[in-house]
Amino acid sequence: MSFTTLLMTLVSSTLVYAAPLIFTALGGTFSERSGIVNVGLEGMMVVGAFSSIVFTLDFDKTLGNATPWLAILVGGAFGLLFSLLHAVATINFRADHIISGTVLNLLAPGLCVFLTRIFYSGKGQTPVISQGLDKVTFPGLSKIPFFGEVLFTRTSLIAYLAILISIVSWYFLYRTNIGLRLRSVGENPVAADTLGINVYKYRYMGVLISGFLGGMGGAVMALTITLNFSTNTISGQGFMALAAMIFGKWHPIGAMGAAVFFGLAQSLSITSAYIPLLSHVDSVWFQIAPYLITIIVLVIFLGKAVAPAADGTNYIKNK
Amino acid sequence: METGKNKNAIIIPLLAVLSGFIVGAILMLIFGYNPIQNYGSLFTGAFGDIFSIGETLRNMTPLLLTGLGFAVADKAGFFNIGGPGQYLMGWFGAIVFVLHFKALPGIVLIIGAILVGGLCGSIWSGIAGYLRAYFGTSEVITTIMLNYISLYYVNYAIKAWLAPKGSDSSPSIPSKASLNTAFLQHLTNNSTFHWGFFIALFCAFAVWFYFNKTKSGFEIRGVGLNPSASRYAGMDVKKTIIVAMLISGLLAGVAGALDGIGNYQNISVSNSTPSVGFDGMAVALLASENPIGMMFSALLFSALQIGGLSISVFSTTPSEIVNVVMASIIFFVAIRYAFEILLAKGIIKKSNKSKEENN
Amino acid sequence: MAKDVVEMRHITKQFGNFKANDDISLTLHQGEILALLGENGAGKSTLMGMLSGLLKPTAGQILIDGKEVEMDSPRDAKNLGIGMVHQHFMLIPAFSVLENIILGDEPLKQGRIDYKQAEKDITALAEKYHLDINLKAKVADITVGMQQRVEIMKALYRKANVFIFDEPTAALTPQEIEQLMKIFRTLAAENKSIIFITHKLKEIKEAADRCIIIRAGKVIDDVMVADVAEEKMAEMMVGRKVRTTVDKEPVDQTKTVLEVSGLNVEKDGLAAVKNLNLTVHTGEIVGVAGVDGNGQSELIDALTGLRKIKSGSVKVNGKEYANHSVREITEAKVAYIPEDRQTVGLILPMTIAENLVLKNYYHAPYNKQGILNYNKINADGRQLVKDFDIRSQSEKEAVGSLSGGNQQKVIVAREIASQPDLLIAANPTRGVDVGAIEYIHEKINAERNAGKAVLLISFELDEILKLSDRVVVMHAGEIVGEIDPNHTSAEELGLMMAGQKKTAAK
Repeated sequence: MSFTTLLMTLVSSTLVYAAPLIFTALGGTFSERSGIVNVGLEGMMVVGAFSSIVFTLDFDKTLGNATPWLAILVGGAFGLLFSLLHAVATINFRADHIISGTVLNLLAPGLCVFLTRIFYSGKGQTPVISQGLDKVTFPGLSKIPFFGEVLFTRTSLIAYLAILISIVSWYFLYRTNIGLRLRSVGENPVAADTLGINVYKYRYMGVLISGFLGGMGGAVMALTITLNFSTNTISGQGFMALAAMIFGKWHPIGAMGAAVFFGLAQSLSITSAYIPLLSHVDSVWFQIAPYLITIIVLVIFLGKAVAPAADGTNYIKNK
Repeated sequence: METGKNKNAIIIPLLAVLSGFIVGAILMLIFGYNPIQNYGSLFTGAFGDIFSIGETLRNMTPLLLTGLGFAVADKAGFFNIGGPGQYLMGWFGAIVFVLHFKALPGIVLIIGAILVGGLCGSIWSGIAGYLRAYFGTSEVITTIMLNYISLYYVNYAIKAWLAPKGSDSSPSIPSKASLNTAFLQHLTNNSTFHWGFFIALFCAFAVWFYFNKTKSGFEIRGVGLNPSASRYAGMDVKKTIIVAMLISGLLAGVAGALDGIGNYQNISVSNSTPSVGFDGMAVALLASENPIGMMFSALLFSALQIGGLSISVFSTTPSEIVNVVMASIIFFVAIRYAFEILLAKGIIKKSNKSKEENN
Repeated sequence: MAKDVVEMRHITKQFGNFKANDDISLTLHQGEILALLGENGAGKSTLMGMLSGLLKPTAGQILIDGKEVEMDSPRDAKNLGIGMVHQHFMLIPAFSVLENIILGDEPLKQGRIDYKQAEKDITALAEKYHLDINLKAKVADITVGMQQRVEIMKALYRKANVFIFDEPTAALTPQEIEQLMKIFRTLAAENKSIIFITHKLKEIKEAADRCIIIRAGKVIDDVMVADVAEEKMAEMMVGRKVRTTVDKEPVDQTKTVLEVSGLNVEKDGLAAVKNLNLTVHTGEIVGVAGVDGNGQSELIDALTGLRKIKSGSVKVNGKEYANHSVREITEAKVAYIPEDRQTVGLILPMTIAENLVLKNYYHAPYNKQGILNYNKINADGRQLVKDFDIRSQSEKEAVGSLSGGNQQKVIVAREIASQPDLLIAANPTRGVDVGAIEYIHEKINAERNAGKAVLLISFELDEILKLSDRVVVMHAGEIVGEIDPNHTSAEELGLMMAGQKKTAAK
């Protein structure tokens, strides 16, 4: 393998692994910025993965090439519906955020495999989809010497979209008034309330956006990597996305950066065999790396972290 | 007031369980299955004969222990989601110990395996406890991360050191080191029921005693409820957090060890972290972390899991319906506030009525 | 006469069976500064909560500019030109001052916040009303005084005509209070109207035109400030004559119990206590006066082992205890009544009895080989509940269900029952009712009369002057002087609290 080809493989596989994490980590950012802790991202991804696969299997004949792209939106929509549970429990019924999130993680695999068995004659996994998200070569951009080949040839379009969405998310959260208000209910809901900001509304917004993005993340995972749905389709990506969000200090760009970094670590566990210096390192270290690094980073750089001040607290309005 | 609260402590879990079953029933009805038949097979699957009972009690063992582990940490204000990893490390440690010291007498192997398993579990949780106590690192994140690290590490270690070439499982332990003795097999019609069950029951009583009667348990409750006040009272908050976390991991590790030498007899590569660690959380939450109550919640969830297998035997209903029921139960426990509102309204209505009657 | 901008008619507010406000009526004229005087729990904040849209009255009407209104949220109040400055500022520390001001009413330009426009508008307002604020700074980094000005600016930015201030001077330095009074007058001169809630009579005398006195949810009187003496207002507030002295018996005050020398303590890397020397003898109460945030908390934390000492010595009965553990210091017969009873002094969900043994549960007879003797714990708890008149159903009741005053009594009982040589008390009566205040003062004084050493830290000058044998004043981490409480004036104390060292030779 030539150096450029190697780099291209590394970059594109990094992006492939990063894309689901970026979406989901952004989702976590929205939820926690509004003050609702979201350890249920994993469950939201499961629902997104399941619904996108079912959609693709049902409609790829009629919708053709557009199917996987629509399937991502379908995954997002079902993720959003699913996150309603978390929103109702934490915002209206004062549930502990971590317990409620854990319920999502317990419920999603059970429910989705239950439905899989019903839809696909008792089998615990769906058939493989024929129409996944293929790698693309950007016209024009790929012609740029070196960079074109490394960054824009046979690469993941959805990952670039995810990066774009992280920038849009940043703009939304930090430049618009809705973003300012959403963050304010995550910092000090009582203060926000005195200014006439509807705490419940903005917290719902945060959780539902997170459900949408988490569902999209699960869909991207299923449509690019596993290509079917089973209990193992989502195995820890949601938690990794949660780590990426924290690693990125609850900031959309930071979360995206951390997700890309985790994507790199995952990609190295597969591609390292081709990289001269790394080929002797056992792949287990690359599998462990993202988790280990997260812990180390938390210990060294974050300590007590910088979560939104009211993250995880229930807001109880006086009547 | 106080008695009212105590009443709610029993009524709300019962309502949650009932609601969970109703959700399951509705789901089955939607897809054209018969909930009564299925809940019937669930019940006979779990308690129908001595074999089923043996299986249910065997499956209850790790649930109760990981639940106790979660509860001990949570009482100290420490949200230990690391049950799966600690359980896995305990399982791994126990099997490695037995395979390594095969020559020793059976009883030594069994005690050693349980101790080593507990130790491995508590080292694993101790890392998170130490980081939280001295660096303030969120234990929610570290324990989740440690779950995955243990998964990949154990998988790697099994393949690299334990399993014969081409296999994904370690060799089985010698039968002298197994907790599933011939006597118990005979007694329970060849079920996998093993002595570990009694160890788990003993642990539940021990944890209850620890919380309610000991100085160390008092400190754990104090630190969990209010760390600043505990520090002001002269308690060593950091030490207490670490102690709680070590006990928590110890219990999860023992769960893994008992399952290892009682149920599986070996250890295999797995795709995901053992779900029993998370299920233990459900057990603890349903019983509001009361160790005695947890015996019942562990029995319930175990019965759901074991009985659930029969659902798909006697009908086409997917057995995952029990996972939905379990998750729903915890959901209803989590939104207990909703029940409190309902109960409060109900009670107000009742008392108004009785007033009218008095008039 | 100026027109009425606010009229509240026969307002009643009920929480469950408890009537927080009982048929209260009040009016506020344009350009007027009205004081609302009452004790903790008298119902002042509840009343203002209804005027600011946070709470809804159970009965009664509110008229703004002569029109009856109904407010469902603070937003409604804002639209009616009512601005509230809460006692605990409603600010977001992580946001900038500018973001805090515009939050909820952001000027927009093509979908994004128009920060330039906002800055222009606010700067203009700041100039008009002489409010010194730094728009770019993070709220977490600015002083309490500036935070208050930010709150005032928030209301001005929302075009408020009526300003409600809840205990506005609680956390301010004397200079900042003076500035605030100036701002009040500027606002009134611009035809804005002000209601401020307080229990400090001096401020009312200084700033208010009129004063409404509230007790137990009812209006007691409505007076023009110029016509009534402070003592009379105090009596109306409390409902009876208040004892302003305690009986001090002659005791031996020669033996040194606490000796602090050259003490240096840091907070977040900054010097919080600087080279401090202090002695407390047997049978005396030494009061530490000062404005909040001048190193008092750090001093106590250092003395009690809760905070690391950088250098210096702390001797108790002649033995060195600097940087010893909390428990070692407790064992040295040092008791400590902390300022924050709910987050430091007590574990609210635990029982009264458990809280009473919080500092000695590990001793026999409560602890035997790691097992606690709950029979003994509960029996002793029952006795203390009786001795200290802690109003509760049983010693097994959760401490959190007691009233503030009774919670404080639990702490006082625990600390005094430990028979200390040195009692450290930090704001021991903050936020409790007058009855409990008198009780706690008696108990602290009784310790003094029994020959114990007492170190009292308080932000309430009255409390310091009433109890202390000697008073030292703390400013910016240093003791700036010592005064005799019987021969001082509020002016002298105020100046020293502001940092002016005592010049006259002692």
